[in-house]
Amino acid sequence: MSKTDLETTVTDEKPVPFRGAGFLPTPRRVVAPLVFIGIIAFWEFGSHNGFISPLVLPAPSEAFAAFMDLVNSGLLWKHLSASLQRLIVGWTAGTVLGIMVGTLIGLFSVARSGLSPLVSAVFPIPKIALLPLFIIWFGIGEGSKVATILFGTFFPTVIATYGGIDNVDRGLIRMGQSFGLSRLSIIRKIILPGALPAILSGARISVAIAIVLLVAAEMIAAEYGIGAYVLLAGSLMATDQLIAGVAMLSILGLVIAWLIGKAEKFFLRWR
Amino acid sequence: MDLSLRQISHNYDEVEVLSDINLDVQQGEIVCIIGPSGCGKSTLLRFIGGLEQPRNGQVVQIGSPPKDSLNPLTYIFQDFALLPWRTVEGNVSLALEDHALSAAEREKIIVDVLARTNLSDFRKALPKQLSGGMKQRVAIARALSVRPAVLLMDEPLSALDSQTRELLLDDLVDLWSREKYTACYVTHNLSEAVRFGHKIVVLSRRPGKIREIVEIDMALEERKNNMAELEKTQTQLWQAMRDEALAADRELLDV
Ligand SMILES: Nc1ncnc2c1ncn2[C@@H]1O[C@H](COP(=O)(O)OP(=O)(O)OP(=O)(O)O)[C@@H](O)[C@H]1O
Ligand SMILES: [Mg+2]
Repeated sequence: MSKTDLETTVTDEKPVPFRGAGFLPTPRRVVAPLVFIGIIAFWEFGSHNGFISPLVLPAPSEAFAAFMDLVNSGLLWKHLSASLQRLIVGWTAGTVLGIMVGTLIGLFSVARSGLSPLVSAVFPIPKIALLPLFIIWFGIGEGSKVATILFGTFFPTVIATYGGIDNVDRGLIRMGQSFGLSRLSIIRKIILPGALPAILSGARISVAIAIVLLVAAEMIAAEYGIGAYVLLAGSLMATDQLIAGVAMLSILGLVIAWLIGKAEKFFLRWR
Repeated sequence: MDLSLRQISHNYDEVEVLSDINLDVQQGEIVCIIGPSGCGKSTLLRFIGGLEQPRNGQVVQIGSPPKDSLNPLTYIFQDFALLPWRTVEGNVSLALEDHALSAAEREKIIVDVLARTNLSDFRKALPKQLSGGMKQRVAIARALSVRPAVLLMDEPLSALDSQTRELLLDDLVDLWSREKYTACYVTHNLSEAVRFGHKIVVLSRRPGKIREIVEIDMALEERKNNMAELEKTQTQLWQAMRDEALAADRELLDV
């Protein structure tokens, strides 16, 4: 190697270019609130300036005023409690039954052969199409609404549960058998905890379905409830109330998703 | 309690896995089973512990296990098989919960086995917090807690790095010196086999037949410092294994 060669290699030194950046989105806490505030501010500004017509979309402040009316008249609690009650009863019953049937399908050959085609056949039916039938069966009151939600949450829970059970590590079950655990112990201590992650992510989906069905059912026949409130607002062209109602639904969904997130953190801290 | 394997043959559908296995496992004896990949070692171990049944032949218990044994035939698995949602003590207690023991008796057993496996400081740890070697130690503690008459181990050290393997093997030898348990130990590793086995069973490629049984007289405790002498046995085992392994390898490629 000549002297000039050596010199060029020395003078040419530079750090190796870094090429590994990107493709790793990480949450930035401030961004989401900024986006929200930005959109609402722009919307409010547009409404005041007149380039968003109040007929098309009311200002956020008006929607908020409609919401405060609801609070002051005491109707908020009536609507909210009616909706929450239906949601909680329907979702809980659907989830409990779904876990039970899903466990049967997951564990027993006869149940699997008999029930899983049935579940596959009924699962894709939009349950709201069955509401008229439920009204005939369970009456126009609470029964038909709860039944719709129950039905809607039951099927996704069944599928999530037996899918979760199918994915439990066979090695752990073998281990349970090798220590002579009873069948019940194996189900209770190995299979169900092993299926819990899948059951909880199923719960996320079934809650979203339950909210959709809740509103739909309340729109068809209900005096109180957020769905009824939104429907009434729509038919009166009271768009400010409509926006207030929709915002309540969004918040309801967020709160429930947050609760499930908490439950996941608590129950799945072993992961 | 002795075990006797009598004319065991097995096939999965078309595939003949084991053929005419006859083997005795005497009390206090460690039997190592080696053989090429896929020759049916794990299957054989599942037969011995009653997790699966052979098509032909049977595994016989001779004599009854000690009265205080809660689970005479107890496994230690290659992948540890710990419940990830239970702590160390919870995993040990799992094996005890189905037996009629008072809470105090259970507690006493847990404290005892954790002390014997040097895990007392990790009682409340979850499996995800433990290294592989620690996890296998928990599995060993769990196995000891039910006072087994025979330990059935399917490559218990293969998932571990070589240093940890060495340490745990020492532990198993120590434990044997104290308690003289009976064991069937499946392994790929010839040096483990000559360190740990009183009797080494070499299986042929699939369908697995017993090709050779090598007995080693040297006491387990002395082997670590006399590896040179064992080298000869190891070479002999490798000679026996080599052809089988080569043939097995080629067979898999043909399929
Ligand atoms: N449940 C099963 N169904 C069908 N075939 C099986 C089953 N279990 C094992 N086999 C087959 O039986 C043969 C022996 O399997 P086994 O796991 O006992 O071998 P092994 O000697 O333990 O192999 P390795 O050294 O890889 O652990 C393999 O060819 C395997 O594919
Ligand atoms: Mg194996």
